[in-house]
Amino acid sequence: MNTMPAGNAALEVGTVVAERSVHLTRESLVRYAGASGDFNPIHYRGDVAERVGLPGVLAHGMLTMGLAVETIVGWLGDSGRILEYGVRFTRPVVVDAEGGADLTIVAKVGAVDDEALRIDLTVTCAETVVLGKAQVRVRSES
Amino acid sequence: MNPELVGRDFPPTSPYLVGREKVREFAKAVFATDPQHSDPAAAQALGYADVVAPPTFAMVIQDLTLQQLLSEPDSGIALERTVHAEQRFRYTRPIVAGDELSARLQVTGVRPFGKGAMVTSEAEITDAGGAHVVTAVSVLLIGGEE
Repeated sequence: MNTMPAGNAALEVGTVVAERSVHLTRESLVRYAGASGDFNPIHYRGDVAERVGLPGVLAHGMLTMGLAVETIVGWLGDSGRILEYGVRFTRPVVVDAEGGADLTIVAKVGAVDDEALRIDLTVTCAETVVLGKAQVRVRSES
Repeated sequence: MNPELVGRDFPPTSPYLVGREKVREFAKAVFATDPQHSDPAAAQALGYADVVAPPTFAMVIQDLTLQQLLSEPDSGIALERTVHAEQRFRYTRPIVAGDELSARLQVTGVRPFGKGAMVTSEAEITDAGGAHVVTAVSVLLIGGEE
């Protein structure tokens, strides 16, 4: 993971503040199911995913949302600076039984004002953007 | 999908006690490696009483309200025809181990979408003292009957 020093002074719109890659496997999905309580079988059973017409076993949208925002926590220093976080689930993340799935997250400054910054997260899987309008509003450092 | 769900009064969910090991387990599951999520000393250095839950942990509490919604006999919602379209959290403060949280559900919007409906629901999550912690907003796409 790469991060830049925090502080708004040098922050301009478009600056990349953090980025990382995460490799998901079926084990990751089972682990998230247990930790979150979301046991929808489309996240671990290929037969069920196929029956309901999905392209394969999918990662939980909330897993993608959760791991995406963590990309910036080290840079923020304190996750309590996060005021608001929202996403749209636009494309499914198919997690292959053998190969898993690779997600890449890039966090850029989207907007700056006196009280807050907007950090825009670009989350891609196999060169497809999987979250829409993934935006985190964070309190500026006092 | 039943539009009369908008404005219906739901009781607050039973208090959920946030445990330190649960926060660590959830943090590991979302690849949250920062020590504030696992090491009480690191969290205390930031001014928190105990480990800080990752931001999307609020979903665990919101899910209790979505179960209320699904179990309404007249909701017209079936889980297998439900797709999570959008999610948003608005925070007053982060969730910390030791918090005792309950959530109150409000269905704020139902609008037709294809054969089904887009349903917006909000869960206002408060602590044992009644203070606001986070509001979780979900937009669910509910498929119509086959």
